[in-house]
Amino acid sequence: MTQDIFLLIEHIQGQVSDISYIMAAAARELAQNEGDSVIGILFGSGAEGLKDSLAVDKVIYCDHPTLSEFTSDAYKRTLISLLEDYSPRAILFGNTTLGADVSSSLAAHLKFPIINSCLKISDSGGIISQICGGKIMVDSQLADKTTLITVNPGGYKPEEGQSSSSPETITFSPPDLENLKVQLTQYIEPEAGDVDISQEKILIAIGRGIQTEDNIELADELAELLGGAVCASRPVIDQGWLSTSRLVGRSGKKVKPDLYLCLGISGATEHIEAITDSKTIIAVNSDPDAPIFDIAQYGIEVDLFDFIDPLLEQIENAKND
Amino acid sequence: MAVNGIQQSLPFTAQFKESLLKIPEGENIQACLQCACCSGVCPFGFAMDFPPGRMIAWMRAGILDEMLKSDSVWMCVSCYACTEVCPKDIPITLALMTRAKEEALLAGNVPAELQSALEFSQQYGNPLGESSRKRAAWSEELDFEIPIIRKAKRPVDILWFVGDYASYHPRSKNVTIAFATLLNKLGIDFGILGPDEFSDGDSQRLAGERGLFEMLAEKNAKVISRCEFTEIITTDPHAYNAFKNEYPQLGFDFPVRHYTEFLVEHLDEITPLFKENGKAKVAYHDPCYLGRVNKIYDAPRQLIEAIPGLELIEMAHNKSTSLCCGGGGGGMWLDGFRWEKSESRLSEWRVKEAVAVNADILAVACPYEPPRFEDAAKAITGAEKLQVKDVVELIVDAIGN
Amino acid sequence: MTEIVVIARLVPDLVEELEIATSGTALDLAWLRLIINEFDNHAIEQAIILKERSGATVTIISPEAEGVEDMLFTTAAKGADKLIKLTGVGEEKPTNLSMAQTLAEIIKEINPDLVLTGVQAHDDFTGDLAPQLADLLDMPYVGYISGISLGDGKATAYKEYPGGILAEMEIALPAVLGIQSSEEPPRYVAISKVRQMMNTASIEDRDAGVLETDSGVVIDRMYLPEVADRAEMLEGDEEEVASKLIAILQDLGLL
Repeated sequence: MTQDIFLLIEHIQGQVSDISYIMAAAARELAQNEGDSVIGILFGSGAEGLKDSLAVDKVIYCDHPTLSEFTSDAYKRTLISLLEDYSPRAILFGNTTLGADVSSSLAAHLKFPIINSCLKISDSGGIISQICGGKIMVDSQLADKTTLITVNPGGYKPEEGQSSSSPETITFSPPDLENLKVQLTQYIEPEAGDVDISQEKILIAIGRGIQTEDNIELADELAELLGGAVCASRPVIDQGWLSTSRLVGRSGKKVKPDLYLCLGISGATEHIEAITDSKTIIAVNSDPDAPIFDIAQYGIEVDLFDFIDPLLEQIENAKND
Repeated sequence: MAVNGIQQSLPFTAQFKESLLKIPEGENIQACLQCACCSGVCPFGFAMDFPPGRMIAWMRAGILDEMLKSDSVWMCVSCYACTEVCPKDIPITLALMTRAKEEALLAGNVPAELQSALEFSQQYGNPLGESSRKRAAWSEELDFEIPIIRKAKRPVDILWFVGDYASYHPRSKNVTIAFATLLNKLGIDFGILGPDEFSDGDSQRLAGERGLFEMLAEKNAKVISRCEFTEIITTDPHAYNAFKNEYPQLGFDFPVRHYTEFLVEHLDEITPLFKENGKAKVAYHDPCYLGRVNKIYDAPRQLIEAIPGLELIEMAHNKSTSLCCGGGGGGMWLDGFRWEKSESRLSEWRVKEAVAVNADILAVACPYEPPRFEDAAKAITGAEKLQVKDVVELIVDAIGN
Repeated sequence: MTEIVVIARLVPDLVEELEIATSGTALDLAWLRLIINEFDNHAIEQAIILKERSGATVTIISPEAEGVEDMLFTTAAKGADKLIKLTGVGEEKPTNLSMAQTLAEIIKEINPDLVLTGVQAHDDFTGDLAPQLADLLDMPYVGYISGISLGDGKATAYKEYPGGILAEMEIALPAVLGIQSSEEPPRYVAISKVRQMMNTASIEDRDAGVLETDSGVVIDRMYLPEVADRAEMLEGDEEEVASKLIAILQDLGLL
C-alpha cells in the first residue's frame, strides 16, 4: 500500500462538480507526509482537459466513449481494474448522487472498509464525519488497509481545491466495457414552470419588511444570483405580490431548504412552524427583538434597503472571482 | 370487485347508508326535508361539491360514489352549525360528515397536510410531530414545579389533561402557563400526565381516523386509570368533548370539566385577587366544542364579567350561532388545502366581526384559537390593535404578580 | 409474476434528542426512539405502485428493532404480500456489509427481479446498504431513483442529479435500486386496516446468523455538535456584514 490519496473526479455534462474540488482540498489535508501524492481519477471521453483546474498532483485518466457520462456499472468496472494496478492509502468519493452509486459497491467488492459522510480532516489526519442529519459527529481513523471515504460538501470551500497549474497525466487503458448492465439513455432537463418551494435548496424569504411590490425585484435578483427561489410570509402574499404557491407558513407550504435567508420577516409562529426543517436560517431584520433571531443560526440587524445593494454587489464579485 | 363468481358486496352508497342508520339517531336521515338549511349555514358550503344536503339527496338516489372522488368532505370543519339548524335533528356532523370522511380516508383520498398530522399522531402521540418526552417542557418556564402524577405517586384533586396545542404550540403554551399560574395561586392540588399524556384524538376522529382515535383513547385510558384523582380539568374543548362524550362509548368513563366551569366555581376566591385593570371591550368567541356541542355558553362569560374594567360585548354570531375558527374537524391540519379551495379563512371572518363591534379584545377558550385569530388579525384592516386572549389570560393579567 | 423485495429499516428518530452512550463511541440506545427510514418508506411505496401497475409479489424484509412488527403490518395494509423479520440482530449496530451478506442469502432464495431500498439511511457510517447488497448479489445498482417502469428483462429508472436534471437509465434485471422518492408520496393507511393486518397477516422470522460489528475503521469518539441557542449576530456596517454573510454562504458550500 502506498500513502497516496486518490479521489474520483465527478463531472456531469462537461462540468466538473464542486465536490471534486472539495475532495481535492480534503485529500490535501489527508496526505500529511511529504512525498504523499494527491491523485485524481478522471474517466471520460476526450475529457482530459477537465483535470486542469484541480489542485491535485497527478491525474490518472481513462478515456473511453462509454465513460463520457457517469454510469455506475462502467465506473465500477473501470475502478476495479484500476485498483489492480494501484494501492492507495485512501480513495475519496463524493457523497453525491454520482459518487454514492459506486463507493459502497466497490467497497463490498474489494472488501475495503468505508467511512461515510466525511466533513473535515482533523489536524492529526483523523476523519470527522457528520451523521444522523448533522446531529451526530464521529471522529474515526483510516483502517489498516485502503479505506474508502465519502465526502460531504460544507467542510471545505471549492476554491481550496482549485489550482491554475495543470497536473501531470498518467493514462490508464480501460477494461472491457461491453455488456454493461446500466446504460444512460438521456438527460431530462427540468420543466419550466412555477417552482415548488418545498423542494428548493435555497430560499430567499421576504416578509412585511420588504415594504413595496417594487422591492420584490431585489429579492428576485438575490435568488437568481444564489440559484434559489423567492418565497414569502403572509403579508406579502395577501398583498397579491406573489402567488399563493410561494407562501411559507401554516396555511402555505412547509419548506426544508439548505439555506433559508429571510429578509424583513419577524418570525410569527405560524411562519416559524413551517421552516424549522431548514438546515441553515439566516435572518435580516431591523428589529433586534424580532423572534426570528431566536431560531436563526445567523442574524443581521440592519435596515434591509441599506444592506441589500452591497450584498448583491459583493455576491456578484465573489462569483466572478 | 367480483372475483371468481363470488357475489360482490353491497355498492358503496348502500353500505354507507346502512352504516349511518346504525349510529344513534342516524335513522333521522330518512326524514330529511331537503330544506338545505345545513348547506346554507355551513361556513364552507359554498366551496363544496357535496354540501350535506346534496350528500343526502345523492345517497337517496343511490349515486353517492362520486363523493369519494371529490374534496368536499375535507372542507367540513365539524363545527356543528349544520346539526344545530337541522329541523329534523339529523346528526349531520357526528354521523353523515364524519362517516363520509372515514370512507374518503379508507379510499386513500387524504390531503397531504392531514396525512402528516395523522402520521405524527401515531408516531409521537401528538399531531404536531413534537417529541412526546417534551410534552411537559412548557412547565420549565414556571417558578414552581407541577407534579407529574406517575412520578409523584400520590393522589391529586385535579388531573389536568393539558392537550396537544396547549402543550406544544408557542402561542397556546402561554395560555397553559397562565392556567398553571392561576391554579398554583389558588392553592389547588393538581398534577399532569406529562410525557405519558397522548393526544385526546378527538380532532383525528372528526377527520375520519376513527381507528387512530380509538388507539389514542386506549393509551390515555390506560395511563389515567392508574392515577388517583377526583376529576379531570382541561383547557381544551376538544379534549373535553372526547372525555365527556366519546371515551365513555369505548368504556372509559372519567369525570371531566372544562376549566371555565371549574373556575366559575372558584370565583369567590379569584375575585379578591383582582387589581385595577384599565378598561376594555371584550367580545367572546364561543369555541364550537365548548358552545354548540356541549352547551357551555355562560361560564366563560361569567368569568369575563367578573374581571374589573372589562365590558363583555357580543359579536353578530354568538352562542349557538358562533362562527368556527376553522381549526375543527382536522382544520388545524388543512389550512393550506382549504385556502386553495376557497380562498377564504374562517378566522378572518370572525376577526372582522370583532372589529365590527369595536372590540379591543377577542376572548377565546380553546388552544386552537389564539394563533389562528392572531394570524388572521394581521390581514384584516382595522384589527391592528385587536388583542386575542384566552379567558384565563385575561384573569391572570388582571391579578398581576 | 414479478418478484420485488424491499429492505425496510428502522433508524433513530431525529425528532428526539440523541444521546451518546457512556462508551463515547456509539448512540445511547436507551434514549433512541426508532422510525422507518424515510427513503425505505418511499421504496415500499414504489414497490406497491409497481404491483398495482402491472402485478408483482412484494416481500418486505426488516431487521428486528423495537416497533418493527407494527411497521411490517403497516406495509401489509398498504399491499405488501410477504413479511420477513430478521431476528438475532442484537443491540450493537452491525456493519452494513455484514447486514448485506445476511440479507443477500435470504434474497437469493426469493430470486427477485428487483430489490428496492432507500438510497441511504442517516445513521449509516459504514457504507450504504443498497450498493453493497447489489455487489454481493452480483446485480447492477443505481441510486437516487425517483421513478421506475419495468419492461422485458429491464427497468427504466429516473436518477436525480442536482439542479433538477434527471438521468434516464436503462438497467438490466435483476437489479438493486436505491430509492430517493417514490412516484407518488407514501400513502396513508387507516389504523383500522393496520389493526386488521395484525390479526390476519403473519411475519416470518429468519435468523440473522452472526453479524460483524467491526468494519476495520476505529471510531475514536461520537459526540453532539455544538449548537448556539440564539442567532450569532453579524456585527459591522452594511459592507462588513455583507462580506461576513458571503463568507458564511461559502463555508456552507452555497456560493
